[in-house]
Amino acid sequence: MQYVVITYLFLSILLYFLLGGADFGAGIIELVTSKRNRNKTRTISYHAIGPIWEANHMWLIIAIVILFVGYPRIYTTMSLYLHIPLLAMLMGIIARGTAFVFRSYDAVKDNMQRIYNRIFILSSCITPFFLGVIAASAISGRIDTNADTFLSAYIFSWLHWFSIAVGFFTMALSGFLAAIYLIGEAEDDNSRRRFIRKTRMMNIAAVIFGVLVFVAAWVEGIPLTHWIFENVFGLSAVTLAAISLVILWVFIYQGHTKIIRLLAGFQVTMILFSIGYSQFPDFIIIKNGINLSLFNSGANDKTINALGLALLAGSVLILPFLGYLLYSFQKQPLSANPSPEG
Amino acid sequence: MDDFLAARSQMALSLAFHIIFSCIGMVMPFFMAVAHYRWLKTKKDVYKNITKAWSKGVAIFFATGAVSGTVLSFELGLLWPKFMQHAGPIFGMPFSLEGVAFFIEAIALGFFLYGWDRFNKWFHWFTGLVVGISGFLSGILVVSANAWMNSPAGFDYINGQYVNIDPIKAMFNNAWFSQALHMSIAAFAATGFAVAGLHAFMILKKKNTAFHGESFKIAVMFGIVAAILQPFSGDLSAKFVAKTQPAKLAAMESLFHTQKSAPLLIGGFPDVKNKKVNYGIELPGMLSFMVYEDFNKEVKGLDAIPEPDQPPVAVTHYAFQIMVILGICMFLLSVMYIIALLKKRSWLGTTWLLKFFVAAVPAGFIAIEAGWTVTEVGRQPWIINGYLRTVDAVTPMPGISYTFYLFTAVYISLSFVVIFLLHRQIKMVPVLYDIPGKIKAV
Ligand code: HDD
Ligand code: HEM
Ligand code: HEM
Repeated sequence: MQYVVITYLFLSILLYFLLGGADFGAGIIELVTSKRNRNKTRTISYHAIGPIWEANHMWLIIAIVILFVGYPRIYTTMSLYLHIPLLAMLMGIIARGTAFVFRSYDAVKDNMQRIYNRIFILSSCITPFFLGVIAASAISGRIDTNADTFLSAYIFSWLHWFSIAVGFFTMALSGFLAAIYLIGEAEDDNSRRRFIRKTRMMNIAAVIFGVLVFVAAWVEGIPLTHWIFENVFGLSAVTLAAISLVILWVFIYQGHTKIIRLLAGFQVTMILFSIGYSQFPDFIIIKNGINLSLFNSGANDKTINALGLALLAGSVLILPFLGYLLYSFQKQPLSANPSPEG
Repeated sequence: MDDFLAARSQMALSLAFHIIFSCIGMVMPFFMAVAHYRWLKTKKDVYKNITKAWSKGVAIFFATGAVSGTVLSFELGLLWPKFMQHAGPIFGMPFSLEGVAFFIEAIALGFFLYGWDRFNKWFHWFTGLVVGISGFLSGILVVSANAWMNSPAGFDYINGQYVNIDPIKAMFNNAWFSQALHMSIAAFAATGFAVAGLHAFMILKKKNTAFHGESFKIAVMFGIVAAILQPFSGDLSAKFVAKTQPAKLAAMESLFHTQKSAPLLIGGFPDVKNKKVNYGIELPGMLSFMVYEDFNKEVKGLDAIPEPDQPPVAVTHYAFQIMVILGICMFLLSVMYIIALLKKRSWLGTTWLLKFFVAAVPAGFIAIEAGWTVTEVGRQPWIINGYLRTVDAVTPMPGISYTFYLFTAVYISLSFVVIFLLHRQIKMVPVLYDIPGKIKAV
């Protein structure tokens, strides 16, 4: 059961990164789209993310619940030392979720829309940034359980070059995922070309920030290269990601929307995998202390068993339903579903 | 503001905010399903319009409920890390099941909102109902987690360690049934009254009577049934509280001294220093009767509880009084409405009755907030009743007062936006759904 729970934990984190990332990325794409084309982009991304955004956001809740039920020490350590970035991410989640709904359900479409849009875009950037910061802080070894000053306990635990670089990297990846996703949603050639341009832009940004992540890790003395490149799995994961990136571009120009989505998802999965594998089973690296791992911080067996059963039973209920939802809304012409009013 | 107080206030604020949205989010889908059912059966446009108008409301409330709930699941750790470290594995079971229920709810909502004219109409109707059922289940589950805090079960406490944990036993603790029952009914009563009252207001203003009249009828039916059941379930809750949490009961009733044939106190201002109540009405023996069904039984007073373990008396007492008074008012209003129905009087004509419903719009929600204040404040100083004190659970991070101010600002602005949106929604009804025609009396 231990492994069932761990699998679900990683799966939900991965899915949140992928689906939630694409979802937040839509706001980032909106930001980098020129004023002239914004409306068009917005309509398309509405259509694309409207029906599923609630479900995306659920992966985060699942991950949190698994952590606090199954791995209370990990959950509490994170919420103690990473209080501030978590808070920032929460604010982003609140603002973004509500702005999205408000702007589509406001009965009157007037100037308020502009305000909703601003909030939507801003929070779409904040959330993935801090998500990256939090993930980076968990493995950067700056969480100090013996810290005795406010700064060392609650600020330096997450504020350093490495986490900032990872934050930007996460933003770029989100934008990349969204752009790829939107290529498949575009109806006319113009929009398609526009999204391809955005994909290229985000791809370049991701590469630049990716390099910066390594630089920052080196500056901060975090053995990132060692973690990733000194084992077969990490090395091959990164290689596969790089190769698939090349293939991805070939397919983009050929217009295979399904394949490029899969490939983009595959790349992000490989990136997460390479880092996750090098750390496993450690989850939080503690400065001068015993790291919190999925094996040393788990709850008692009975709880883990019950949690695993709940997850399995839940999946049996949920998956067919979710699959049908995604399937039903896959290939619908834009005109068929202008807005949720129907 | 000191950090401990700030943490408690922030938790209370977030919960108080969440509970409103989650109640509406879990009850409105049922109203919607009824209107939708009538539309499918009768093909009268008014029902379709009601369904669509309500479904927008549901979407707004669902999203706000979902984000505020997400915030809560982080806040439990951000504010009470030492509580979660011990409690997470014990009372987490309902939360994991709740996750499943939420998931189903979100998916069903996706089907429902975006599925008009796409699916078989009965399948579409059914997805709407699933939204309601899974919301309802999640409400029950999370209340059972809270009930565990009041009546801990499913573990042994040995040398400061929580051992032999059994999450299933923890979930079905002694308080879960009475609390879940009372809370579920409360959600229906509060939402039913609020929605009915808003539509009653529009009827009084003679706007779109067809639309608002039918909406009123659906909402009020749920509201009155729940409001009539509520005092009975409240009585059951009181019996359970007496059994599991005598300190809370004593605070609710401001019963300072343990006594036989204890009186039921109505109103009154507790004077904690002198251990007496001023200006209250005492019904001799009634409290003993209510909780033990025996006028002479002894009821434990605050003096049976060591001083440091006593909950704040005044807040608990006032909150309890507010809830009970509102509960009785809602009960009476429901009875009046039924009498009016039985006499076949046209309720559209009886404006005074409609005016009462307008006045009762906030009643249920005030009662809900008051009820939670009783439960939570009445449990103090414990966060896990009898095992862990709230002071010992709070985060050591300083500066919580600032995050409290931040949350307060965010929640206040969100409330304004939601009110603003609903206002617009109602204002737009004539434009979006103008259907001439009158409805007859019931
Ligand atoms: C519409 C809302 C509403 C109304 C009209 C009432 N209540 Fe209530 N009450 C609640 C909403 C509520 C609640 C918010 O749902 C609580 C908080 C915790 C819970 O489980 O339910 C609650 C708690 C609560 C408790 C404490 C339970 C505990 O701490 O475990 C008692 C003893 C009562 N109620 C009793 C009553 C009585 C005797 C009422 C008589 C009319 C009444 N309530 C009306
Ligand atoms: C007794 C108090 C509570 C009740 C009755 C309640 C009920 C509900 C309901 C019915 C929903 C569904 C939202 C909707 O349909 O609009 C919801 C959402 C949520 N609640 Fe609560 N809740 C309570 C307290 C809490 C607490 C303490 C937590 C934190 C651990 C929490 C976490 C959540 C989460 C994460 C969601 C969002 C899930 C989603 O997207 O649907 N709730 N709550
Ligand atoms: C949704 C309705 C609820 C409301 C309005 C509510 C209200 C409150 C209030 C007023 C306090 C502060 C107590 C004080 O200052 O003395 C509090 C504390 C708290 N509540 Fe609740 N509560 C609700 C439900 C829940 C649920 C469902 C849970 C968890 C499962 C929960 C967990 C807590 C915790 C952890 C604290 C902090 C410790 C404490 O002060 O007791 N509450 N809540």
